[in-house]
Amino acid sequence: MSWLQGKIFRIGGLGIGGTAVAAALLVAAPMAVHAEGRSPEYAAARAAGKVGEQQDGYLGTVGSQPAAITAMVRDLNNKRRAIYTEGAASKGSTVQEFATATACRLLAETTPGEKYQAPDGSWQTRGATLPPRPAGCK
Amino acid sequence: MTAHELTGSFPAATSPQMTRRGMNRVQRESQGPGGRAVRALLKPVLMLMVAGASGALGGCVNLAAPDKPIVIELNINIRQDVVYRLDADAAKTIEQNRDVF
Repeated sequence: MSWLQGKIFRIGGLGIGGTAVAAALLVAAPMAVHAEGRSPEYAAARAAGKVGEQQDGYLGTVGSQPAAITAMVRDLNNKRRAIYTEGAASKGSTVQEFATATACRLLAETTPGEKYQAPDGSWQTRGATLPPRPAGCK
Repeated sequence: MTAHELTGSFPAATSPQMTRRGMNRVQRESQGPGGRAVRALLKPVLMLMVAGASGALGGCVNLAAPDKPIVIELNINIRQDVVYRLDADAAKTIEQNRDVF
């Protein structure tokens, strides 16, 4: 099974017959499909400064935003929480610790112009310098 | 003044068995009309002793109370270590879930 998955990666997700391959494709598909990354809506909201990175590893809405934006943020944060929960369980940390460790990276990876929340709760625009990050960041 | 009046009516409300011992002691220590005042003073002392006894029993529970702030302090110290240690895992997590981050 594992060698099959490896083969699919090398081929680039092109179909090979058999149900086992189809199942392996389903597992591999999310990585291939989302190799590009963010959805257009999410990318646009980030670029427009409607959403930003918080200090706790979750997204926040900057000011009051339409329901579509808040719903998207809630959905993404739920997915993030699930990922943090999984990661924390595999590493023996708390969900909060894993989320904070990810926040260290996410804040560092913000690009100039994007929004981030400062430790005091205020929303700031990322400039050339590294934004303030939670204690313990590498 | 009013305290005397209040405590003066106090023994009537309690059972005779409870007050008797106190009365005897008071009568030994002092005679005449002054006894009532001393008895009135003795009453809170007895109550304080009872309160002290229950407080001493409660002291066993109090030993556990200081644990709380200590635990919180430890959590803060450990957390930063853990966050630091999880950096590589966090990077991998972001890489594998680009759509969410």
